[in-house]
Amino acid sequence: MPQITINGVPHAVDADPDTPLLWVLRDHLTMTGTKYGCGIGQCGACTVHLDGQPVRACQTRLGDVGAGQQVATIEGVSGRVAQAVQTAWRKLDVVQCGYCQSGQIMSAIGLLSSNARPTDADIDGAMDGNICRCGTYQRIRAAIHEAARSLA
Amino acid sequence: MLNVRRPIQTPPSPRPNRRGFLVGAGAIVVAFRLDAGPARAAGLDPAGIKADPNAFVRIGADDTVTVVIKHLDMGQGNTTGLATILADELGADWSRVRTEFAPADASRYANLLMGPIQGTGGSTAVANSWVQLRKAGAAAREMLVAAASFQWRVPVAEITVADGIVRHAASNRQARFGELAASAATLPVPAEPRLKDPSEWTLIGKPLARLDSKAKTDGSAVYALDIRRPGQVTAVIARAPCFGGTVESFDAADARKVPGVIDVVQVPSGVAVIAKDTWSAMQGRKALKVTWDESAAETRSSEAILAEYREKAGKPGLTASKRGEPEAALKGAAKVIEAEFTFPYLAHAAMEPLNATIEKAGDGGYDVYAGFQFQTVEQATMAALLGVTPDKVRLHTTWAGGSFGRRATPTADYAAETAAVFKASGETAPVHLVWTREDDMTGGYYRPSVFHKVRAGLDAKGAIVGWDHVMVGKSIMIGSPFEAMIVKDGIDATTVEGASDTPYALAAYRFGVHNGREGVPVLWWRSVGHSHTAHVMEVMIDDLAHAAGADPVAYRLGLLAGAPRLAGVLRLAADKAGWGAAQPKGSGLGVAVHESFGSYVAMVAQVSAAEGHVKVERIVAAVDVGVAVNPDVIRAQVEGAVGFALSSVLRNRITLKDGQVQEANFDAYEPTRISEMPKVEVHIVSSAVAPTGIGEPGVPVLAPAIANAVFAATGQRLRSLPLDLSGTKGA
Repeated sequence: MPQITINGVPHAVDADPDTPLLWVLRDHLTMTGTKYGCGIGQCGACTVHLDGQPVRACQTRLGDVGAGQQVATIEGVSGRVAQAVQTAWRKLDVVQCGYCQSGQIMSAIGLLSSNARPTDADIDGAMDGNICRCGTYQRIRAAIHEAARSLA
Repeated sequence: MLNVRRPIQTPPSPRPNRRGFLVGAGAIVVAFRLDAGPARAAGLDPAGIKADPNAFVRIGADDTVTVVIKHLDMGQGNTTGLATILADELGADWSRVRTEFAPADASRYANLLMGPIQGTGGSTAVANSWVQLRKAGAAAREMLVAAASFQWRVPVAEITVADGIVRHAASNRQARFGELAASAATLPVPAEPRLKDPSEWTLIGKPLARLDSKAKTDGSAVYALDIRRPGQVTAVIARAPCFGGTVESFDAADARKVPGVIDVVQVPSGVAVIAKDTWSAMQGRKALKVTWDESAAETRSSEAILAEYREKAGKPGLTASKRGEPEAALKGAAKVIEAEFTFPYLAHAAMEPLNATIEKAGDGGYDVYAGFQFQTVEQATMAALLGVTPDKVRLHTTWAGGSFGRRATPTADYAAETAAVFKASGETAPVHLVWTREDDMTGGYYRPSVFHKVRAGLDAKGAIVGWDHVMVGKSIMIGSPFEAMIVKDGIDATTVEGASDTPYALAAYRFGVHNGREGVPVLWWRSVGHSHTAHVMEVMIDDLAHAAGADPVAYRLGLLAGAPRLAGVLRLAADKAGWGAAQPKGSGLGVAVHESFGSYVAMVAQVSAAEGHVKVERIVAAVDVGVAVNPDVIRAQVEGAVGFALSSVLRNRITLKDGQVQEANFDAYEPTRISEMPKVEVHIVSSAVAPTGIGEPGVPVLAPAIANAVFAATGQRLRSLPLDLSGTKGA
């Protein structure tokens, strides 16, 4: 049975290795914070971290995740950057329907982990793959700058 | 058969009741009315509203104040706004306020602007709840005060309430809400509690933080798609490729061989594959072979439908409104502008695809979990399918991952499908019906594709002398089994709103309408008819202003003497945007102003043109929604309206080829992305008028403001949506 480590906890998953990580998380492990939006890597709602890097869980198969690799999801993401991002999101009341925001936050943490002072262009580059149909982009941008300031 | 009107008194309306229609839902028919415009803006007659605090608030021994939310929160933030209204009158400590979604029960939770229907739409959540929740909060406050008065043997007039504390200053006694709640609950509910004077408000009008921010930033908020009941299975449905197609036969042999697939069953809308999990259900559906009967299906292309519309628009159609003699006036005009506008079908494309979970309970009833938006219709429709009375179908409303109108249908479409699959499955394991993104986008219920043709004439001084307007489009309600009852003289108000009732002082004006009859299901899409009528009116007025050699803002103001709130937001937006200042070459400002759902919004767009495209740089909006219950949520809704609607201005369209929808996912129907988002400023008019909604009213003005800005920047007058920017030149 394939083994996978999510948020530091190992799980044995009774699923075909071709199953997308998204459905392993949501259906097999009942970790529903990671969202299904498009299934084709267009919207970013399913963004999780694989060894700290943002990846689309709908495009990552269970079998692609190595035994030693760490998957982090919105439920378990932690650390200074994650906390700064979530705090900024709440301070600026970014969310509307909120459905895409797990993915937005995971992408933003990925950005700030590798770039402490992103410019607007950096934000466009890192966040353009995350669709928010409610159109909360102005606040997403402001919250990323706010988180960067709080980490400085 | 329910066919009732609530005994609500509405103030006399200067305009006719624009919406008085019936919703058909399976075996039931319910009267459904929405009073629009001034009637809504003025609010409901406060004296006619009885509010039972027991329906709307619970105070726990731990001082927690739980406000019951009767509306769906699909992102508009009404949960925060509605709780604010009640909590302020109650005198609650905001940090102890929680919310929960109401069960389906129209006797307590009807939308007071929809008659006997519990439902969310038409930007009515705050408008219809304003007096109801104030009264409920005030009544609960008076009950807490009465309980303290009995305990302390002091007059109620000497007792004050604030921040969750009931206090008698003279005797230096106080009690927390939680200490008084049990005895207060035994007291009679005051019939006419005293409402606070606005000067006493402590929460209303303050930019309080949203109550849902934490749960929506740590993955814990539960949407319908996140419901996991013990032993539940997942179903996806194979539906006909063309609207109106039906199952002729199917071969499930291969589908049943897919690991995880449990069963394959036929339902009215197609063939359902039921599996242990979502991925297995999707794989099973791929292996399913269905032969469709398309003899009654819509097999035309969207181009053919639009061509038919263009031809129809040459004839006057049904008269939705008329004043003066526009035909005669146009004959005498010094200058006539003729214009055509086309609008495509649009998908709502909410981030959370449609889905619902149903299970059978031990008492023979059913529990259903979804982002319910029309609870009364959904409950009755499912009950009819399941063969039980509506009270046996208990709805559990969850957070919804967007809707923009899609979750409220007169047919209760996906809720009905969920009940049908469950019934066909034998009603054993709980069933989660999931629409994939492709199902959601190709499944119809689109904003109608419409065609407008306008002829407007100016006299030698540039004044508008005549306006003849014809539109063609499929009505949302015509074609339902209740057409005869819901449509007045062939006219569906949701089709013509925003144009047939134009506030501009046009002395000779006619609005004619032809109803399209294609087999594509259509629905209200964030701002409904206003999503196209405002664009036509505002682009035409702009065109006429330029033809008259007038400033577009001043020209509008000259026609809005009878619409002071519209004029007010127009002046405010123009002022804040620096209207009139010279723009760099290739850059331009455009303006639009419109009332929808009793709220008034003006926008000034600034665009810069480049080869083949424009960049929308900045949007300055001014809004008048009466009392601003939560100014930050209002700003967020207008910012969001820009982000939501921008992609439909620039590119989104649903097209059909031989009846089949061509856009199935976000690659072909791409919502706005962060790199395209303009800077948005929102200015709110200070007002003491009863509040109206802001979920929708930011949308209608965006497209015309941008189109008018493109004209200012490039001289190109683009009318149809999405804007065809292929000929745009750079600076």
